[in-house]
Amino acid sequence: MMRARQALLNPLIDENPVTLHILGICSAVAISNSLYSALVMSVALTSVLVFSNVVISMIRRHLPSSVRIIVQMTIIASGVIVVDELLRAFAPEIAQTLSVFVGLIITNCIVLGRAEAFATQHGVALSFLDAIGNGLGFSLILISVAIIRELLGTGSLLDVGIFKPVSEGGWFEPNAFFMLPPSAFFIIGGIIWAVRSWKKEQVESPEFEPISVAELESD
Amino acid sequence: MEQLATIFIRSVFVENLALAFFLGMCTFLAVSKQIKTAIGLGAAVILVEGITVPVNNLIYTYFLQDGALAWAGLGHLDFSYLGLISYIGVIAAVVQILEMILNRYFPALYNALGIFLPLLTVNCAILGASLFMVQRDYNFVESAAYGLGVGVGWALALITLAGLREKMKYSDIPEGLQGLGIVFVTAGLLSMAFLSITALEF
Repeated sequence: MMRARQALLNPLIDENPVTLHILGICSAVAISNSLYSALVMSVALTSVLVFSNVVISMIRRHLPSSVRIIVQMTIIASGVIVVDELLRAFAPEIAQTLSVFVGLIITNCIVLGRAEAFATQHGVALSFLDAIGNGLGFSLILISVAIIRELLGTGSLLDVGIFKPVSEGGWFEPNAFFMLPPSAFFIIGGIIWAVRSWKKEQVESPEFEPISVAELESD
Repeated sequence: MEQLATIFIRSVFVENLALAFFLGMCTFLAVSKQIKTAIGLGAAVILVEGITVPVNNLIYTYFLQDGALAWAGLGHLDFSYLGLISYIGVIAAVVQILEMILNRYFPALYNALGIFLPLLTVNCAILGASLFMVQRDYNFVESAAYGLGVGVGWALALITLAGLREKMKYSDIPEGLQGLGIVFVTAGLLSMAFLSITALEF
């Protein structure tokens, strides 16, 4: 029970795939300028992750390790093709906006990373929970970034006006910078800073330790 | 000819895969600690992009596209939904073959590239370039120029970031921002610098 809880809840903050392991950043920044596409992307990624983790965990005992990467890639790619075709059939507009990024779920390191690090060593039920947890951890970051960017960039969320822009007689001046790619880097950098100020154990040790003045003087 | 140069320059600067489309971010942020390794990885990316994009173009044109199998008398078939799995297969195969050839004939280069070569299979910049090539309907020659261009652009961004990080090693950074946090901020500034190039007309 304890392990199940850990598999599900740890990836949310303590071992978040994006902020701690630098996995899956491409899509976390590229399509986070609107909340709607961020939501669709979260659902798409989580379903591919659950599918691949469960299938890979099922066949883990029959999989020779020399060919495992290519088998895993094939399983992931099949999952992504299904998601891609479903999106094109039922939500063609959002498929257009996400463009190549649905296909790029294949190379999203979270999926392969979890398959390698977790599904090949754990049972089906635990792998399922781990996939859900990591999917949610990724979605948490993606959705928070998208909320900040869309709110400050346009003044509305999901086409519902929150701040009334100046052009419609309100007070809010939309900041176009938040619609541009670089803003996502700064927001994620800020989120990492916030998380690490709260969870001190995630802080990386500096690459270069300056010599203190006392040490210099003693020479 | 002029059009090819435009595609090349656009893909290096304006549509830089790393800084404008955020592709290959994981490797971009993880392997940019030292200029030396960055140059090795950059060279590998240029090589692999330059080969896989035109090869995938051939596969798309002669096997997958709607009606592409007309040469085999199967013009009514449309295999384009198999695109994703074929491209990633081609990329994995090319990387594997390249690894063997380099190991056999250019051991020095092989040792310099080391672990980065196999990792390129799961680099989204490589798959992304193939997907963009299909989306934009490039022909074979154009896709070769595009593949080389995105490779050079990605390598350029990686080496620049590595240079900045080597200098930053000695700076006094707030505790929570050390490591990954400050790298994100630096990449953001770099991306802003590249954005200013978009104002130029090509």
